[in-house]
Amino acid sequence: MFYREAGDFKTSYQSDQATFTLRLDKILFWGLMAIATFIVPFFVTEYWEKSVFLPFFIYSIAALGLNILTGYCGQVSLGTGGFMAVGAYASFKLMTGIPNLDMFLVIMIAGLVTALVGVLFGLPSLRIKGFYLAVATLASQFFLVWLFNKWEWSYNYSPTGQINAPTRDFLGIDVTGPSTAPWATYLFCLGLLFIFAWITRNLVRGHIGRSWMAIRDMDIAAEIIGVNPLIAKLSAFAVSSFFIGVAGALYFSVWLGAAEPTEAFAIDKSFDVLFMIIIGGLGSILGSMIGAAFIILLPIFFKNVLVGYCGIPTDIAEFTQIIFIGALIIFFLIKEPHGIVAYWRTLKEKLRLWPFPY
Amino acid sequence: MEEKKQNNRIMEVKDITLRFGGVTAIEGVSFDILEGEVRAIIGPNGAGKSSMLNVINGFYHPQQGEVWFNGQKRGAMKPYQIAYQGIARTFQNIALFKGMSTLDNIMTGRFTHMKSGMISQVFWKGKAEKEEYENREAVEKVIDFLEIQTIRKTEVGKLPYGLQKRVELGRALAAEPKLLLLDEPMAGMNVEEKEDMSRFILDVNEEFGTTVALIEHDMGVVMDIADRVVVMDYGKNIGDGTPKEIVSNQKVVDAYLGVSHD
Repeated sequence: MFYREAGDFKTSYQSDQATFTLRLDKILFWGLMAIATFIVPFFVTEYWEKSVFLPFFIYSIAALGLNILTGYCGQVSLGTGGFMAVGAYASFKLMTGIPNLDMFLVIMIAGLVTALVGVLFGLPSLRIKGFYLAVATLASQFFLVWLFNKWEWSYNYSPTGQINAPTRDFLGIDVTGPSTAPWATYLFCLGLLFIFAWITRNLVRGHIGRSWMAIRDMDIAAEIIGVNPLIAKLSAFAVSSFFIGVAGALYFSVWLGAAEPTEAFAIDKSFDVLFMIIIGGLGSILGSMIGAAFIILLPIFFKNVLVGYCGIPTDIAEFTQIIFIGALIIFFLIKEPHGIVAYWRTLKEKLRLWPFPY
Repeated sequence: MEEKKQNNRIMEVKDITLRFGGVTAIEGVSFDILEGEVRAIIGPNGAGKSSMLNVINGFYHPQQGEVWFNGQKRGAMKPYQIAYQGIARTFQNIALFKGMSTLDNIMTGRFTHMKSGMISQVFWKGKAEKEEYENREAVEKVIDFLEIQTIRKTEVGKLPYGLQKRVELGRALAAEPKLLLLDEPMAGMNVEEKEDMSRFILDVNEEFGTTVALIEHDMGVVMDIADRVVVMDYGKNIGDGTPKEIVSNQKVVDAYLGVSHD
């Protein structure tokens, strides 16, 4: 029962390759999920929904997506904001074009559209690596935002250039539009995050995930083993963009309700998501979520503490918070480049033989 | 030994010439590898041995010459297509997937045996799951064979050099290749590790019937484990035969084994 691997024997490959190899992990996870699904919805207020839970869930999905590409497949991307915009505009066109389409389908189709765009912008990855690829994806970020500013069809010729989410439902329950119940959007996004975390887990434990990691760690060796680099890289781009497109669609339709490309999908979104996976942990599902929580929740926490309790003026509090988070990012990059999850792993390793040193 | 000689040619390279710009790395080299033998390629540094493996592997495309595999002439192929034909290899400088565990590294070696599609993978039902456990079983056999059970879950970047070499051999073996190419499998090892590695190579050859082609500098090892030896120098084939014939070949002695000054 104690939280450690020692003495925990497996008798089948199934149990050895299970998601939660430790019983306590399993109990903790399902306990947390049960609380999140059955208890929290009764208490969730609009403030908690709009400024804590939705951003956390949506950015977690985006971080999972980028982690597939950058953490697992080793291809750096700075185009996250642009791909989120593709998801958002695809969902907008679907919601306005086919009014009675279920919101779940809207989100999925928006994801597919983004996956296609992602593959297109992933093509340079076959020739270039590292910083150069980052710059190529940066181009996609600026191009896509420019496109949604200029292409009038994409925002239905609205004079402001803004897109607004109409009311749409998921199985009869409204999840977008102005009159949604906090619990409905909360559960909708929580469910999607759960599904996408599970999909990520399934992909990275199978041979497709291993082909991504092989490309990341040693592309030449991957090739002689039979991994086609074209398929491995483009499939990583496709899956990653699918996730980011879904996150973008949720971001616009469920969370914000209205968006305008230059503001909502700017380059700082790309950086935010990249920071999330670096701080949380590259190549880790838990890390993506920890990183999202860190980047999303810490500012809120700071604002409440500094402004609410200490009575510091809002603008000074904001600057203090930016400085502090910047310092924390530097601290993590120096002290623990593998992200916050590395602490978790070290703890687990230490507990294996605790109280003996070895 | 005599019995082996009658086997088919699994691989034949004919008159290979490979140039990089003005440099000729390999010039008109031909040799064959028989099914089931241990074939050594030796020669001084820069003789073109690794380049030769890269040609067989599909990394380099020679300007001239033909590569025959399993009795068929091979057209221009990509390395990953060649992997599907049943050729696996290890590298001179270890090329493991450093961020992955030993188990995952060797599982990746099974890549050519895993065919479940993206959809099945996403939902982890049916083929994907079944295939994973079947291949895990094959991988466990390789792990048992190489006696690396204790490091199964260790990240390979943290392993000592000798074990990394062994994991790399395991990764190549997991593919169940017809032809196994080893680029200096014993470089940088002490005598004991070399003995272990030699034993593994011979066991692979005898138990699984895998054809082995290896590049090695330790002449003692080559004498002991190779059935036939090719000697290369300055991109040319200067000798070919059994280890005994090679040591008595004057050209080889001059170029590689060293001339005694007495």
